[in-house]
Amino acid sequence: MKSPGASEAASASGAAPVVVARGLTRRFGDKVAVDGLDLEVGRGELCALLGHNGAGKTTTLRMLAGVLAPSAGEARVFGLSPVEDGPAVRSRLGVLPEHHGLEERLTARQNLRYAAELYGYPEERLAGRVEEMLERFGLLDVGDEKAGVFSRGMKQRLALARALLHEPELLFLDEPTAGLDPIASRQVTETLRELSAGGGRTALICTHDLTLAQRVCDRVVVMRRGRLVALGSPRELAERLPHGRLLLGVGEGQVEMAAQVVRGVAPEAAAEPSPDGAGELLVTRLPAGATPALVAALVGAGVDVHRVEPAQATLEDVYFGLYGEAA
Amino acid sequence: MSPRWRAVWAVVRKDLRVALGSKAVTVPFAVVPAFFMFAMPLAVALAAPFAAREAATVTELFETVSPALVASLEGLDDAQRVVTLGIVYMLAPLFLVVPLMVANVLAADSFAGEKERKTLEVLVYSPLSDRDLVLAKMLSAWLPAVGVGLASFVVYAVTANAAAWPVMGRIFVPTPMWLVLIAWVMPAVAAVGLGAAVIVSARVSTFQEAYQVGGVVVLPIVALVIAQATGVIYFSTWLVAALGAVLWLAAAVMLRLGARSLRRTELVSRL
Repeated sequence: MKSPGASEAASASGAAPVVVARGLTRRFGDKVAVDGLDLEVGRGELCALLGHNGAGKTTTLRMLAGVLAPSAGEARVFGLSPVEDGPAVRSRLGVLPEHHGLEERLTARQNLRYAAELYGYPEERLAGRVEEMLERFGLLDVGDEKAGVFSRGMKQRLALARALLHEPELLFLDEPTAGLDPIASRQVTETLRELSAGGGRTALICTHDLTLAQRVCDRVVVMRRGRLVALGSPRELAERLPHGRLLLGVGEGQVEMAAQVVRGVAPEAAAEPSPDGAGELLVTRLPAGATPALVAALVGAGVDVHRVEPAQATLEDVYFGLYGEAA
Repeated sequence: MSPRWRAVWAVVRKDLRVALGSKAVTVPFAVVPAFFMFAMPLAVALAAPFAAREAATVTELFETVSPALVASLEGLDDAQRVVTLGIVYMLAPLFLVVPLMVANVLAADSFAGEKERKTLEVLVYSPLSDRDLVLAKMLSAWLPAVGVGLASFVVYAVTANAAAWPVMGRIFVPTPMWLVLIAWVMPAVAAVGLGAAVIVSARVSTFQEAYQVGGVVVLPIVALVIAQATGVIYFSTWLVAALGAVLWLAAAVMLRLGARSLRRTELVSRL
């Protein structure tokens, strides 16, 4: 499957793409985990891989890292083949696995030192770099404590520090905000923003966190059953939505009645009180061209409609639109 | 040191550090060598003079063992024969339990334990080549096993010579057979313990399962003890050398089979 606009970011910067996949396919027996994926990720780009569990996101990362051979197609990372030049590719790669993968019987410092040695970080700069990362991720005071006693958020920060320690050019982050409380989640989001803005690092981020993808990522890849079903910036994807998002201002105490009318006119749409204000109803997944009929039905049902405003679609609308009601 | 070897040693050091942080590992490390390498030679050395006073006991002891073994003890008095029989010959196969157990425990923690702790993914995504990854993992169990084996032998020799000095009046351990046992057989036994743990670890999901199932490799050693006690074999220098060759062959086969389960693609399938 050819992905529309796949190489925009790379060509815009004029640089060779960091990641290229052409017809990348992986089968496990009869099951096709990744099916003919075409993708290019440019330098400095943050790209989210979205999709349900089993959509093929993690398998894609594993093939790109050379830890899993493709059944068909090919990948190039930094212009190298991950299959033939696995160690060279992985030495420039920082990975945050879905499970943090920290050695809980080791201290934070020991975990970082181990990672630095694995990646061949220069010995003379190693100690300073470990301290720098501990400080940056707010773990300096607990550097000599075993990772096993850390909270989920602290572990995730330490795992992120480990992924960044050897100054990789490319990051593979698998669910970086999974299981984090809102504060820890925001810290991770801010870190990713800084990396993108200041460090010029490229990242592929597997996530179910649509807010993270919307806020941080330049481009989004939506995968379903191993196939790429959508690719573009969050805004581009929202603009391509065949259905709309509408904000309705209705009379006091009429929100529930209005929601019932919406469900009658467009059963596939969702109607919920707007989180931004009382007397407002947010309608999503509304079929194209259904707005006039909906407003007429509301007025006909006695609803006092004083505001009809198209609202900005979110990545969540895109995702649910692509995955359908079952999502 | 090249970056490649630095990474290999990082895995070895990390595995050892992590293993020593677990009581499931450190307790057998302390108890087994202390029992076999200190308590048993001490007991034999102290009990020998008393056993030698009973002529019937001495006769009974030497009735069952190999005539060749009995012949090798000619020129010694009864107490010295009892000490030499126990410390030089009967405890020799038991000594092999130490490197076998250490390799088995460390490898179980390194392979099954890493899978259980969900830390394998970090290693799989590291720049280590498949070959270096296998090498690092194997060294992390084999080297400490050989190290503990050597240290245990020093404890054994010191304990045996000191405790049996009133009877023997000289340093009698190590004999040439023991030197072959230490230099040739002990590293092979450690490799067999490692190979067994690697093969078992690929098929189980926890350290405890790997440790328990892998523990069956101790049975051939029990068989050796029984075979020598019943006169079927005797630990001559040549027999020990031949035993080492067989063990190295077995270890090579087991490690070759086990190494397949350590390939990246295999490791990834178990994540």
